[in-house]
Amino acid sequence: MPSVMTKPVARPRGPLDGRALPRGEDFRLAVSPAAGRILLRGDAAVAARASAAFGAPLPTRSGAVGARSDRAALWLGPDEWLLIAEGEAPAEIIAPLSAALADRAHSLVDVSQRQIGLDVVGPNAARALTAGCPLDLSLAAFPVGTATRTLLAKSEIVLWRRAPEHFRVEVWRSFADYVASYLSEAARRAPRAGGFA
Amino acid sequence: MLLIDCPYCGAARPEIEFRHGGEAHVARPRDPSALDDAAWAEFLYFRANPKGLAAERWRHVAGCGRFFNAIRDTVSDRFVCTYPAGEPRPDVESASVGASA
Ligand SMILES: [Zn+2]
Repeated sequence: MPSVMTKPVARPRGPLDGRALPRGEDFRLAVSPAAGRILLRGDAAVAARASAAFGAPLPTRSGAVGARSDRAALWLGPDEWLLIAEGEAPAEIIAPLSAALADRAHSLVDVSQRQIGLDVVGPNAARALTAGCPLDLSLAAFPVGTATRTLLAKSEIVLWRRAPEHFRVEVWRSFADYVASYLSEAARRAPRAGGFA
Repeated sequence: MLLIDCPYCGAARPEIEFRHGGEAHVARPRDPSALDDAAWAEFLYFRANPKGLAAERWRHVAGCGRFFNAIRDTVSDRFVCTYPAGEPRPDVESASVGASA
């Protein structure tokens, strides 16, 4: 790579810019801070080396997340991880990973602008998500620190539970308006606060 | 909703996360040019389509993304078992006869 960008993450026009999102007591929706997002594919040895280079451990267990301060590695498949580094340019994440993995088969893809993050927060967050997501989102079945690719209605998403009442939804930008509208409507129609029995 | 055990996720996941991928264990001929048209057509188009237990490829497309294989009963739509791609078809015929009786 000739020159590595050192500027903070560029913030091009987002798909939800200027859009009023729900900000109630029971349910809040917010576009996540800009982040570098990298998809890494490789075997277990790649994951082990990448953990050191990335600064957060790449989990080997299905659905797990390795998080450290503002960096997170989400297990998406047996050889696939989504690496998220808030406030950092993708090149700054890729450069050390490329160097550490140079002699092993792997792929690193910058998906920073392909998708956006939506933070879904509040006592009604799980209820609203459940309107379109087929997974069991009770705390017992989907505890804090779980992440997976799944569906929200007709859109593919990555769902990550960061706290009991805080989910991160990673969604491809062309689906962002659909997902935000869907969740807003679901929360509006189920205004009663509370989780699952 | 039907739940399907993904051998890579190690969990029962909702069926709408999966896509059917056709009959399993259909090996592409090593030397296609050595085949006559009938044999090539047999490989391309002819499938077992059994009434009862079928070995099928499935993909956890909205999950881990992996292809795997499953033994499914085409009469009851029951998934008898799932197993990673590349493993031989498990011997479950007898178990199924007992289960469906
Ligand atoms: Zn899976």
